[in-house]
Amino acid sequence: MQHIISLLMENESGALSRVAGLFSARGYNIESLTVAPTEDESLSRMTIVTSGSNEIIEQINKQLDKLIDVVKLVDITANGEHIERELMLIKVKADTSDKREEVKRQADIFHGQILDVTDTTYIIELTGESSKLDGFIKAMNAADILETVRSGTTGITRGERCLRL
Amino acid sequence: MELSGDDIVTQFLKDEGVEYIFGYPGGAVLHIYDALFRQEAVKHILVRHEQGATHAADGYARSTGKPGVVLVTSGPGATNAVTGIATAYLDSIPLVVITGQVTSAFIGSDAFQEVDSVGITRPCVKHNFLVKDVKDLAITLKKAFHVATTGRPGPVVVDIPKDITDPNIKIPYEYPESIELRSYKPVIEVQSSQIDKAVDALLSAKRPMIYSGGGSVLSNASNELRTFTRQLGYPITQTLMGLGAYPEPDPLNVGMLGMHGTYEANMAMHDCDVLLAVGARFDDRVTGELEKFCPDAKIIHIDIDPSSISKNVHVDIPINGDVKTVLGELSNAITASKRLPDEKALKNWWKQIKEWAAKDCLRYDNNSALIKPQFVIEKLYEITGGDAFITSDVGQHQMFAAQFYKFDEPRRWINSGGLGTMGFGLPAAIGTQLAHPNDTVACITGEASIQMCIQELATAFQYSTPIKVVNLNNRYMGMVRQWQEFFYESRYSQSYVEALPDFVKLAEAYGHIGMQIEKPEDVEAALKEAFAMKDRLVFMDFITDQKENVYPMIAAGKGHHEMHERELA
Repeated sequence: MQHIISLLMENESGALSRVAGLFSARGYNIESLTVAPTEDESLSRMTIVTSGSNEIIEQINKQLDKLIDVVKLVDITANGEHIERELMLIKVKADTSDKREEVKRQADIFHGQILDVTDTTYIIELTGESSKLDGFIKAMNAADILETVRSGTTGITRGERCLRL
Repeated sequence: MELSGDDIVTQFLKDEGVEYIFGYPGGAVLHIYDALFRQEAVKHILVRHEQGATHAADGYARSTGKPGVVLVTSGPGATNAVTGIATAYLDSIPLVVITGQVTSAFIGSDAFQEVDSVGITRPCVKHNFLVKDVKDLAITLKKAFHVATTGRPGPVVVDIPKDITDPNIKIPYEYPESIELRSYKPVIEVQSSQIDKAVDALLSAKRPMIYSGGGSVLSNASNELRTFTRQLGYPITQTLMGLGAYPEPDPLNVGMLGMHGTYEANMAMHDCDVLLAVGARFDDRVTGELEKFCPDAKIIHIDIDPSSISKNVHVDIPINGDVKTVLGELSNAITASKRLPDEKALKNWWKQIKEWAAKDCLRYDNNSALIKPQFVIEKLYEITGGDAFITSDVGQHQMFAAQFYKFDEPRRWINSGGLGTMGFGLPAAIGTQLAHPNDTVACITGEASIQMCIQELATAFQYSTPIKVVNLNNRYMGMVRQWQEFFYESRYSQSYVEALPDFVKLAEAYGHIGMQIEKPEDVEAALKEAFAMKDRLVFMDFITDQKENVYPMIAAGKGHHEMHERELA
């Protein structure tokens, strides 16, 4: 099953490689990983999407917690509800009026925004759960997709449950 | 006090109470070596290869419980140290390894003797640091000692670029007495509900078993382990890393378990209904085939590292905490419960165990005209009164030592269990002897292993460490040969050590005493003669039976109840 693990770690050089190294050394799956500083500049927040049996996920949580630079972590997919979002920028061919209309229509359905328009291309911004972004890609004609870039999933727990110091 | 970075390193080590630093100089650490020259508090031990420095510091750490400290230069200095760092990591040994680094401005430029030491060591350290500012130097060193020695111990690398130790840049220095890291909280409060559950399970057991590992040694829990085990009267088995925490010559001790464990220990593991694992990590050499591991047992596991619990084997009652504390609490809770073990069931269980033990699984042919390695260890045990520090290398001799030298104290048996590093024994013996100058230190080795760090005979000479090297010379990489005999139809591919040196002459060339012993009847006299020479390193080259194998043995894919046993005529 897919799990989203959020963690706060010391904003030190090499911190990211400790996490990435742990996943490769122990053979854990890593589907996506995002990292950025937080409002407290001494901390970075990382979101890791991974999958595995319950035993593997438990080990991943324990091994991450064991890293000296990791201050706190939570599996936001376990115990309670959460919100997850991913950002995608997708560049598609829009070189005929039919295509331009169709892409615009699909972007509206998916609540996407068109960020850039040229004579032959559109760039659309979409946010949502990863499955929604997958859905949009499917809705496009594969031959018309010129480029996609996705941020990887990030997430937060609902309500008063927080990941903070 | 205003100090430059080089003096901060030595002053800090002095303030931290470091007695010995094991190292080898080179360009990136020359400022630090100059600072070492200006002081006398910290004694530097010059090894002949950086791997030797890490193993010597490791032997010092294992035999004392104090952190071992290493100083090596950048590039090859650091890479040579990696094997020793990984050795310490796999056995959770506290080391602080200071590696020199090229000047900060050159980092990343492929400078002379530059290597990404932090990157290379990352997977085999508990933590590592790159010092970026001399103002951070003392606090970083303090963090390194703190992390290395607390919680589950382990090696920590501190990489120091040369400019950080520039003797011309002075800053105020004060020894940081204590340190807090918000991301690292090694002290764990034990959950009393888990203690209660464990006590209930232990006292309800019909066929209980205690399985104690290296954590009992690392936690200095030997007294608590003895009290607890004797309070219950339950059988105890120890791992290769745990030997001596509970005295081996003891009626409750059923010997080592695992691949080359005793028949009674492994059978009792297989048949037990409650297993208490104490500071052990269910290593594959211990468990055998996981599917067949302790099929009927409820498992209780005490470990300071939560990631060790339920890693390989599902645990029913996890107790996260320091072994020493937890065992103390368990003992108190058992007393307070006013309950007693099931006496009748325990009596039957011991009867069964005695039957298994009656097989005398470690027996060997002691009428052989050739020297049996087991015989040498038995005699060594007698002659040293069981009171020596024993280091070993890796292979058959290591297993014979573990089986036949009966350790009755912890920190006396010093070997590379996790990584299985050939070459460990001699430098580890040097570190051990320095820490215990008045005790007997013997290195049990083989002709293959000893050659992996043979250069440290020079270090032993320089510092007059009167180690007794017991070389069990069967002219084969014995354990490799044994596996090839069992699993590769005796195709001895590359396991024969051709063109061996004359070890007697070799020892003499390094300034030591060499002896060669070829007949069983000469073994005892030779050992007595060697151990009588209190102030000299004596290298005893025992020419042993080439075909001797380590039994019992659990082959890959087999369970504890499926041991190969020795067949004697």
